[in-house]
Amino acid sequence: MTAPLLSMRGVETRYGNILALRGVDIDVEPGEIVAMIGANGAGKSTVMMTVFGDPRASAGSITFDGRDITRMATHEIARLGLAQSPEGRRVFARMSVRENLRMGAAVNGSAHYAEDLEKMFAIFPRLKERADQRGGTLSGGEQQMLAIARALMSRPRLLMLDEPSLGLAPLVVKLIFDVIADLNKRQGLTVFLVEQNAYHALRLAHRAYVLVNGAVSMQGAGRDLLARPEIRAAYLEGGH
Amino acid sequence: MTRWLDAPLLTIDHLSMRFGGLVAVDDLSFAVGRGDITALIGPNGAGKTTVFNCVTGFYKPSTGRLALARAGTAEPADIDALTRSGKREAGELFLLERMPGHEIASRARVARTFQNIRLFQGMTVLENLVVAQHNALMRASLMTFGGLVGLPSYAIAEAAAVEKATNWLSRIALLERADDPAGALPYGDQRRLEIARAMCADPVLLCLDEPAAGLNPRESADLNELLLSIRESDGVSLLLIEHDMSVVMKISDHVVVLDYGRKISDGGPAEVREDPAVIAAYLGVADEDEAERIAAGAPP
Amino acid sequence: MPEAAKPGAGALAALKDAGGAALVAAALSFPIVALATVEDINQKLVLEQRWSWVVGAAAMVFVGRLATRAPGAAVVARWALFALAAVVAAYFVSASLDIDADWPAPLILAVIVGAAGFAALALSAPFSAASAARAKQRALRADLAARAGLLRFAGLAALVIFPLFALWLLGPQGSLKWINNYGIQILIYVMLGWGLNIVVGLAGLLDLGYVAFYAVGAYTYALLSTTYGWSFWICLPLAGIFAACWGILLGVPVLRLRGDYLAIVTLGFGEIIRVVLINWSDLTNGYAGVSSIPRVTFFGVPFIDDDSGFAARFGLEFSPIHRTIFLFYLILALALLTNAATLRLRRLPIGRAWEALREDEIACRSLGINTVNTKLTAFALGAGFAGFAGAFFAVRQNFVSPESFTFPESATILAIVVLGGMGSQLGVAAAAFALIGGMEMLRELDFLKQIFGDGFDPAQYRMLVFGLAMVTMMIWKPRGVVSSRAPSIFLKTRAAVSGDHVGEGRG
Repeated sequence: MTAPLLSMRGVETRYGNILALRGVDIDVEPGEIVAMIGANGAGKSTVMMTVFGDPRASAGSITFDGRDITRMATHEIARLGLAQSPEGRRVFARMSVRENLRMGAAVNGSAHYAEDLEKMFAIFPRLKERADQRGGTLSGGEQQMLAIARALMSRPRLLMLDEPSLGLAPLVVKLIFDVIADLNKRQGLTVFLVEQNAYHALRLAHRAYVLVNGAVSMQGAGRDLLARPEIRAAYLEGGH
Repeated sequence: MTRWLDAPLLTIDHLSMRFGGLVAVDDLSFAVGRGDITALIGPNGAGKTTVFNCVTGFYKPSTGRLALARAGTAEPADIDALTRSGKREAGELFLLERMPGHEIASRARVARTFQNIRLFQGMTVLENLVVAQHNALMRASLMTFGGLVGLPSYAIAEAAAVEKATNWLSRIALLERADDPAGALPYGDQRRLEIARAMCADPVLLCLDEPAAGLNPRESADLNELLLSIRESDGVSLLLIEHDMSVVMKISDHVVVLDYGRKISDGGPAEVREDPAVIAAYLGVADEDEAERIAAGAPP
Repeated sequence: MPEAAKPGAGALAALKDAGGAALVAAALSFPIVALATVEDINQKLVLEQRWSWVVGAAAMVFVGRLATRAPGAAVVARWALFALAAVVAAYFVSASLDIDADWPAPLILAVIVGAAGFAALALSAPFSAASAARAKQRALRADLAARAGLLRFAGLAALVIFPLFALWLLGPQGSLKWINNYGIQILIYVMLGWGLNIVVGLAGLLDLGYVAFYAVGAYTYALLSTTYGWSFWICLPLAGIFAACWGILLGVPVLRLRGDYLAIVTLGFGEIIRVVLINWSDLTNGYAGVSSIPRVTFFGVPFIDDDSGFAARFGLEFSPIHRTIFLFYLILALALLTNAATLRLRRLPIGRAWEALREDEIACRSLGINTVNTKLTAFALGAGFAGFAGAFFAVRQNFVSPESFTFPESATILAIVVLGGMGSQLGVAAAAFALIGGMEMLRELDFLKQIFGDGFDPAQYRMLVFGLAMVTMMIWKPRGVVSSRAPSIFLKTRAAVSGDHVGEGRG
């Protein structure tokens, strides 16, 4: 039994009077790809944000690599080796693509900057074409690529992706999921991702959680969940 | 198969948009058929949103013509005559590239939604839909003065506006949340509300920028129904940018594919899906079970 | 054991944080505070070292910061710390002023401050409890709305009775100060706050030159009355219209800018108008200003000790207080007019468009709203109300000069809007009462001289109190006294929109 890299125990999060998370337990083991799926408004993004301390959990505890990070400042959490590609992309609009990537590398001291930059440009040739354009002038999908690449630039121990497929062309969605699978296989990168695109996410993930109304309703191996009729009905098939 | 070329609602001719040295849209021409659902697809950064921004007046095109015939048929000769006359509009015909954004919405009646939802977050759901009827209400209030003195005709107009908003709220199943702030709604609801808000502005052409982004398959299916009902019962034509092929392939009548600002394919959905250029640039070669899913109309 | 380590670590982090803040305070105060040039006995300039001031500033910041960051946020601990900060502050103020202070005296002051804080907290507790339940119980919301309505009615009634009550209680001599310095002075700022609220609070346009329109209104009446002998009642609407025209004139070039740029340019325009008033001396008499402006009349009947005067006509004994009371009701009426117009406009398409503009300008354009015209109407209307207030100012002072229309005046009005909660009429009124009333109140605190000695003039600490109020607000109520927004229209329940969702506008 290895200790989990990220562990959430009984985490509750409030927005004002509204309880958004009602006691969430989640474990991410080193080297794992863990997915979380759920309907809009179930609280998936809130789980992501709460790990980074904004908003803070009002109850429960979050540990990363054995350290309690429940009350830690967001920038300190990032320094521990957690990287996030947040919902809504949040690229630095007035900085060039290159500068955005440099900011991603800044967390780990930019020792591997040049090497990693080439790697990102190889994964996302579109970013190379746009390297000196401002982040804000990129199209929505390009910003999404940039946000993911920026997160990867920090060589995180845990990569957290909030809806990486949002707004991306089918080819690019496939590419991104392939890249994640590849990084995981070759470098043992641990990934925790939230997805609306349940089909892709469950196929990719070793394990997955289903979030309903701010609580985990089901968990299991990704492929097993994919086969369950109730999951298929709720998250994979359109219509009623 | 090219019925959108007969009396199109919007004719885009040789549209180009340059930002400094960057060519975002390059000599693009296509037609948006009256009563059609037209999908604009293509890789990220192909210039789809730029085309939208030109149509809705947020960008002034570098070159090109965007002619919208609000009703009836506009012969190419009429459009050319208007172009030469130097005016913006003649009867029901409008040259969008000559009009400021708010007039494209209020006069040519083109409404739109945004990729990263732009609701009035701090206003209630109902208020969002009432603000969308601004110009009609403004006239009813006699440019505020009538409303200020409490003219009964304004009260009637406002009641009608609320009525219209209420109808839309029941259509998008948000009636219960009418008095809640728009910013407090979950993402999927916000997407639907933004569409309803655009519809409250009484458009003839509704432009939707990635309406299904971030929706799960069930929500996407509901969206399909909403969009089809907008076309059927409201008689509004739709132009949409979308990556979710379950939406594009199921509901659109006409698909235009862009890559690097140029049109690489233009035709019916079945035709475009088989186009090798589109597969290479955009759809990719599907693996086995995925091909099966796409054939079934499910998400890629 | 991470669980056991948590509270200790939190306290340590808070201590570290407070230490850091104290260091910053020390570093910042060093060049400004630590060294001062003074004249010695031989009238030579010498450097005086004031290290105790630096230490005091750092200590105050340390304790204050600790209070805001205290782990667990225990209320008692917080207020104890704030009281301690007050003691430290009081001690260093008294020490720095070379006043023989009895130690118990500042202590008493600190206790008063602490107790006031406690009381405020205790009073606000039921309200926050109510607001917690609000999300669940819609009935309670309606009840709260009714209570707010009651509060509004009570406030209005109190304002109407106030001058007569003061007169009855204190007589013509004693009540003058209260009606004039408190009543009229505060109401002018309430009106200005409400006027600016249209621009900043509703439309989200940051205007730092609002006082310019106040000046236009004041000079309109001053010049028209002294040059052509026009009556106040003709000039009052003219002042409003004229100021609104200036609003449009300045607005056309300016309103294309957004956010910080708009703020800077409006600041510049505000100064330009003042500089023009100074330099166009043929018209405005420059620095000297316009004096002998005709005083207000009771709709034509002057307030003079004469048979044709107000007192004689109405069978009263002459007293200058009549005019003051009339001025009070006049500004009350003007302020209420501003309020009524704003409340009404909020429910009309134009008002909703202002708020929509604050929330998202791009979405507005996509819905066919002409954003330039919409901004201009907000700007012009706000300016118009400032013009009314300006004409009132001129008739009350019967003297105007550019001195009265400097930037700090704009800043005060803006502070009232921000402290009140942008967009909230009740909040703005409350902030005007607290801020302007508080400043006037400082003049009354003569008893402080018994604590700090005769050299202590509380009125000189206005700006300090002002700043303190701002900092306090930033910590507890970053969105102002009333941070929620009342919807302009509703289907079933009028539920306030939480300030978290409401935009602040980017110009």
